[in-house]
Amino acid sequence: MTRNLILGTGLSSLVVLAALVSFIWTPFDHTAMDIPAKLQQPNGNHWLGTDHFGRDIFSMIMVGARTSIAVALVAVGIGMGLGVPLGLAAAANKGSWLDEIIMRANDLVFAFPSLVIAILITAIFGAGAINAIAAIGIFNIPVFARITRGAALSLWEREFILAARVAGKGAARISGEHILPNIANLLIVQGTIQFSLGILAEAGLSYVGLGAQPPTPSWGRMLADAQTMVSFAPHLALIPGSAIVITVLGLNLMGDGLRDWLDPKLRLAR
Amino acid sequence: MTLLDITNLSLRIGTHEILKEVSLSVEAGEIVAITGESGSGKSMTAFSAMGLLPETATTSGGISLCGTDLLAQSEAQMCDLRGQAIGMVFQEPMTALNPVKTIGDQVMETILIHKALPPDQARARARELLDRVGLSADRFPLGRFPHELSGGQRQRVVIAMAIALRPKLLIADEPTTALDVTTQAQILELLRDLVREFDMGLMIITHDLAVVADLADRIVVMRHGEVVETGATQTLLHNMQHPYTKMLFAASNHQVTLPEPPAPSPLLEVKGAVRDYPLPRKNLFAKPEHFRAVKDVSFTLYRGERLGLVGESGCGKSTLTRAILGLEPLQSGEICLDGMAITTTQNPEIRRRMQVVFQDPFGSFNPRHRVDRLITEPFYTLIAPPTGSARSDLIAETLRAVGLQPEDAQKYVHQFSGGQRQRIAIARALITRPELILFDEAVSALDVSVRAQILDLLVELCEAYGLSYLFISHDLSVVRTITDRCLVMQKGEIVEAAATEEIFANPKHPYTRALIAAAPQLPELDQGAA
Repeated sequence: MTRNLILGTGLSSLVVLAALVSFIWTPFDHTAMDIPAKLQQPNGNHWLGTDHFGRDIFSMIMVGARTSIAVALVAVGIGMGLGVPLGLAAAANKGSWLDEIIMRANDLVFAFPSLVIAILITAIFGAGAINAIAAIGIFNIPVFARITRGAALSLWEREFILAARVAGKGAARISGEHILPNIANLLIVQGTIQFSLGILAEAGLSYVGLGAQPPTPSWGRMLADAQTMVSFAPHLALIPGSAIVITVLGLNLMGDGLRDWLDPKLRLAR
Repeated sequence: MTLLDITNLSLRIGTHEILKEVSLSVEAGEIVAITGESGSGKSMTAFSAMGLLPETATTSGGISLCGTDLLAQSEAQMCDLRGQAIGMVFQEPMTALNPVKTIGDQVMETILIHKALPPDQARARARELLDRVGLSADRFPLGRFPHELSGGQRQRVVIAMAIALRPKLLIADEPTTALDVTTQAQILELLRDLVREFDMGLMIITHDLAVVADLADRIVVMRHGEVVETGATQTLLHNMQHPYTKMLFAASNHQVTLPEPPAPSPLLEVKGAVRDYPLPRKNLFAKPEHFRAVKDVSFTLYRGERLGLVGESGCGKSTLTRAILGLEPLQSGEICLDGMAITTTQNPEIRRRMQVVFQDPFGSFNPRHRVDRLITEPFYTLIAPPTGSARSDLIAETLRAVGLQPEDAQKYVHQFSGGQRQRIAIARALITRPELILFDEAVSALDVSVRAQILDLLVELCEAYGLSYLFISHDLSVVRTITDRCLVMQKGEIVEAAATEEIFANPKHPYTRALIAAAPQLPELDQGAA
């Protein structure tokens, strides 16, 4: 257990905890407007102050965590769920037309700047959380496909895989039984890092108004709303900004720490 | 004066004691061989002299080179000594050279770092050195890159680097282990000549006792970090004192007696097998060329026969193995097992009859499975694999047959030593009672004493189960004792096939003769070390 892993896990679980607690309790109703109490600085009643409609920022941040996590989780799920089997299939049929098709299609997706295409997708199919999830998810597929194929290819050369082939096992069975468990570490680490990128992407899409739609709170949109008031109410921008930074930092530290912790080779080197 | 003098050297890393009171010395112009099995501390002794120990290591005792106490030197002073006073040759010539620098630059590097000569003279000196180690200017200009050279040629470059500044002491850590026998003989000859010419001291670390007996003036035998015996080569060979030394030499020369094979009936038939590999395209539109790894190979393995396949690296023996296992397709020809053609499509009928044991006892197993699951993997080919108590009985029986305990079924492979893992690999190959087992360099990675045990095990299994196997190896001494008939393979072709004793006693093909002549031999020991 490294310092990175402890710090990263701590920060990440703080955010997850906030999201979970928001289902049963928030200090205020995050949609309730209270115009007389607008633009308050952080105080004893509103812990992180209020926005220009008098909504409680702390409650919005809590519910916003829910949105971010849900979007990123499903997006990573799509990436893993499709990318890993594609990568395994490509590795198992190395050099075949299937390998070529899968990897060239991945290259094609990789060739486009992901956020721009995400904007395009949401612009065509309409803004909303579902389309944002799909857009972010699609760009996770090649990431996982590549990393899976690369790791699986070196395993396919190992003698225990040859032994399994000699035992008459087919490619699909070997992939599931021998390859996948041996690359799980790698996928978990990559998953953590893609998760943090997913949160960033969601914030970015919401910032330009293409993510979750009002009244669903989102950190990205809170930032966008705060933009015009940053000169006299900087906390409106600072707070959701910090929430994003803390979450992404926490997840990246956790991914780094997990890699060190799960990889026995690196562990020996230290 | 003694060149290198190691006195009562002890070394520990953490709580682990690596070396205990090691004392040895090397005179100028003398070849001292340190030998022992893996974990004996022979490499650590060499690294201590080079000052290349891990930071966590603590030492006591003394190492002096021409009267200079090496353990008292600072890192900067050691850097001065390395290359200048002590040269080192490593085991793996493939990784000891920097792939992006030319061989000339790498030889010059040693000279330039020590500011021994200005660059233009250093270049001329590098040329001389490469000539001296047998890489002539017309074929090996200074601008060659390591990947353009073979393993033996790279090792020559490494030696040129090590002797660039005429060090007083040369340390060679398993310098020929990664090389073929014919190359090994040449490199050993080169080292011997250099020692005589430069009056260097050579400390050679090797596990191969035949090399030791052939080359060394003096032998140091180590075990578990201690020197168990030391003496002049001839004296020691003819008058071994320590039981471990006796065991080591006996194991290196281990002979087994195979039971008589049954009357020949063909089991595996290879007819005109050809295997091509596509080479990378030279340009986008050119048709890729092919490298023919196996050229029209034909042979028959009879039921109950122990057949050997010998050849140097790159001769196509591994490719042939994979084709026989049905892991790679043939371009032409046919391989039949008991009359059924072997193809890359999975045919359980054939799979059931054939198993394999690989070389690497560490890479042969999925690290995440327990032994019972690992060795029952071939059950997959059976129509009705045993279940319940029949399964556990068979696991127990097989583990006992290979000399392990039934309780070992619940352990993971990392809990076993290399030799035990190779037993597990044999258990996996044996559990479905296949008609044919392929041993692909199955004992090459093992220490001599462990290798002797595995060879004994194979003989026991031959007696108990009437095994038929194809034993693929580069090690002639092992093939000689463990096979009935032997094939010699060179550049994708089988150049000679005959009864094993016939091949060794009366080799017909020039390549076979060269192979047998190059293999270092243990001298006949009159006292019968067994």
